[in-house]
Amino acid sequence: MTQIHVSTKINGDAVEFLCEAQETLLDVLRDRLDLTGAKEGCSTGDCGACSVTVDGRLVCSCLMLGAEAEGREIATIEGMAAGEVLHPLQQKFLEHAALQCGICTPGILVAAEALLEKNPDPTETEVRYWLAGNLCRCTGYDKIVRAVMDAAEQMRGA
Amino acid sequence: MALDDKPELEVRVFKIVGSRPIRPDGIDKVTGRARFGADMSAPGMLVGLVLRSPHAHARIRGIDTAKAEALPGVKAVVTSADFGEVSDDLRDILHNVMAHDKALYDGHAVAAVAASSASVAKRALALIEVDYEVLPHVTDVDEAMKLDAPVLHEGRSDETVPAGMSANIMHRFEYGHGDVEAGFAAADEVLERSFKTAATHQGYIEPHACLASMGPDGQADLWCCTQGHYMVRNTCAGLLGLDASQLKVTASEIGGGFGGKTTVFLEPVALALARKAGRPVKMVMSRDEVFRATGPTSSTSIDIKIGMKRDGTITAGWADLRYQGGAFQSSPVQFGAMACFAAYDLANVQAIGWDVVANRPKAAAYRAPGAPMGTYAVESVVDELCEKLGLDRLEVRLKNASRDGTKAAYGPRFGRIGLTATLEAAKAHPHYTAPLGPNQGRGVACGFWFNFGGDTCVSMSINNDGTVSLSEGNPDIGGSRAAMTMMAAEELGIPYERVRTTIADTSALGQNEVTDGSRVTFAVGLATIKAAREAITIMCGRAAKIWGIDEDAVFWEDGHAKPAGPNAGKFPPMSLAEIAAVASNTGGPIAGHHEVNAEGAGVSFATHLVDAEVDPETGAVKILRYTVFQDAGKAVHPAYVEGQFQGGAVQGIGWALNEEYIYGPDGRLQNPGFLDYRIPVASDLPMIDTVIIEVPNPGHPYGVRGVGETSIVPPLAAVANAVSAAAGVRLTELPMSPPKVLEAIDAAGD
Repeated sequence: MTQIHVSTKINGDAVEFLCEAQETLLDVLRDRLDLTGAKEGCSTGDCGACSVTVDGRLVCSCLMLGAEAEGREIATIEGMAAGEVLHPLQQKFLEHAALQCGICTPGILVAAEALLEKNPDPTETEVRYWLAGNLCRCTGYDKIVRAVMDAAEQMRGA
Repeated sequence: MALDDKPELEVRVFKIVGSRPIRPDGIDKVTGRARFGADMSAPGMLVGLVLRSPHAHARIRGIDTAKAEALPGVKAVVTSADFGEVSDDLRDILHNVMAHDKALYDGHAVAAVAASSASVAKRALALIEVDYEVLPHVTDVDEAMKLDAPVLHEGRSDETVPAGMSANIMHRFEYGHGDVEAGFAAADEVLERSFKTAATHQGYIEPHACLASMGPDGQADLWCCTQGHYMVRNTCAGLLGLDASQLKVTASEIGGGFGGKTTVFLEPVALALARKAGRPVKMVMSRDEVFRATGPTSSTSIDIKIGMKRDGTITAGWADLRYQGGAFQSSPVQFGAMACFAAYDLANVQAIGWDVVANRPKAAAYRAPGAPMGTYAVESVVDELCEKLGLDRLEVRLKNASRDGTKAAYGPRFGRIGLTATLEAAKAHPHYTAPLGPNQGRGVACGFWFNFGGDTCVSMSINNDGTVSLSEGNPDIGGSRAAMTMMAAEELGIPYERVRTTIADTSALGQNEVTDGSRVTFAVGLATIKAAREAITIMCGRAAKIWGIDEDAVFWEDGHAKPAGPNAGKFPPMSLAEIAAVASNTGGPIAGHHEVNAEGAGVSFATHLVDAEVDPETGAVKILRYTVFQDAGKAVHPAYVEGQFQGGAVQGIGWALNEEYIYGPDGRLQNPGFLDYRIPVASDLPMIDTVIIEVPNPGHPYGVRGVGETSIVPPLAAVANAVSAAAGVRLTELPMSPPKVLEAIDAAGD
């Protein structure tokens, strides 16, 4: 099967890959580039575990084709921490015990970061509605919402 | 040293247990580094996919795989013919992972392929020709119990099922004591109600996934997401005719299980494909496959009859519980019958359970399996009786509550339990008396779970640098590595950061029971403490040797060996690190280990309070406030105990309000995806408040009780009671989705 050549930028690094036409961005990230931080929970855009940003916009990478990454800038969970230094959201998720199994955590962190970019001072309701596309089955969301609010507060103070 | 004789439960002051350190696997999980089931790969790896039956019930006349095998890139195709004869206890498992002569539900596996890529594997599936003879099917439990219902398996009912009943009834359970008819005769009010609950799925976000490889010598390796890799090893070895020693299973990080990953689905198929292809095979389920072919718990139909005196005394309770467990005997109705009256001290009680098969996926355990449904029905009737007699719901529960020494409805006498403590805490909480607005209602319910112990092994190495490596064999599903690390550090008297806990593969330790029954913090914690005590005994011996005094004259305190008795103060205490550094010169490496079938898991009770608002125009329900009161015995890491309370409550809210398996008249599942099978999302919910009650479990050195499952038992009833109060009409079917609530409101208004 003929493959498509794609040039893109992921977490700031120039990346080239080949993919089949039907492969999703998530397939490419996970199976071709070994960036397995984004998870496949449903492949229909319902669970948000595969959340990444494309040119700064939050997307489910299972709903976008790999070939569509051409010329874009993609950010994944693997690029969230600055080397050894965790992003405040990552740190607050640890402090608040905002994860249990951890499978939804990368997607929720990416989504929460996108929220705080747009809205540095969200209300609890705004956090809950923004994260409504990210399913978590373990926590009941309580500690997740608290961690996001606390991180937002810290980032505003920084 | 007689450490076990210390009366420590009441007096022990903990230094680490009860604090909230950051979990050891945390950084990996917030940076995307943690490796879950689908995150592993191997050189030369093939992609495996499963062909599934589109029919709810069909005889398989033949399977022609020739065209698929001829497709370039296809390396192996397997069907049930590739598995040999297995022992009786494994036959249902085998026939569930690969249909034998009949497909028994929509989604039942009938064949599998391994190919060089996913796209080739998909094309190969389309080339497999299955000759089906479609048979009549049945998916509803009451329908399946009728004499003229289609029969899934002939001759499988056991001797407990009365003659002349449907062959779909596998077993009849009965629990209770006293004389229920006499009890009803003594009541001032007797109420009988019927309930139905829809099947729900555990809904873990991580689909099942594994990576298998096997050499021609029969040595095999398996990586998979599971709640119990020792179970996977034993089951797969049995299904494939391997020696357990030849199959090494490594548990990946696990992306949720809730009971649904306590059995095998893909793992034996991937091993069979890998054996046939001679190459590693990776298999990952789609969400559609997860819904159609794994997990769900039973749909149920339940009748409850309860008698009450005017003063609130319950005189008798009776339950008839009918649970379908899918295509093979596996419904949790036994636990439902045992648990449904557990919160009540009853002189007269009878609970009957019917274990029924139907053309649905084989039921798997789901958090407190069987208990939420029966409890929902009982707690709904208790609530309605309180309403009829004008009694306070918490006072009635307190009046009839099981206490220390109560003879449980399911047989044994309770030891030390915390039910009344949860009820008193709820009564004293501001939530219970907060004002409610129009169309709002408050619900109360109690719940119970047994908690398990079981086979457990841990090994603890005292490293030369004074750090400690702890190996245990239970996948960490919600922070248990943190809890084990804390208990090891507590017992040894060293900082939390000096201990690292690893989930060992099946070659490293003896048998470990699955991560289920809320057993891990209790049983693995107990074994960890015992292993630490063994290491302490050895370290005290080493210090004695160095000091030239008797071993019995050394004790362990705050991470140090200290001389006692006549030698007290003669030698400076030796720290764990100091003893470890010279271990080679005092007898060799130091380690502790403990192997046990852990007994003494204390039961856990909870009381939940919930406020709900019903929109009378649409029937939609909004949860406004929720408070969980649960006995944890001793909360090792309170944040993760709260997390268990919150997560269970929210799964219960989903079960109560939205989640259901919907089958069409063709017997096919109509909503196998998260869009149409709607689990709670963040915007559906308020904060979930928690109150941890600590009534120590005498069966654990620190008083720990399991906490993971009890939290899903009360919410179905608590939410139903709140919605019924808000809607002004009693709802008796789950889920209470908007159409059903609206229908009930309209019917009551007519």
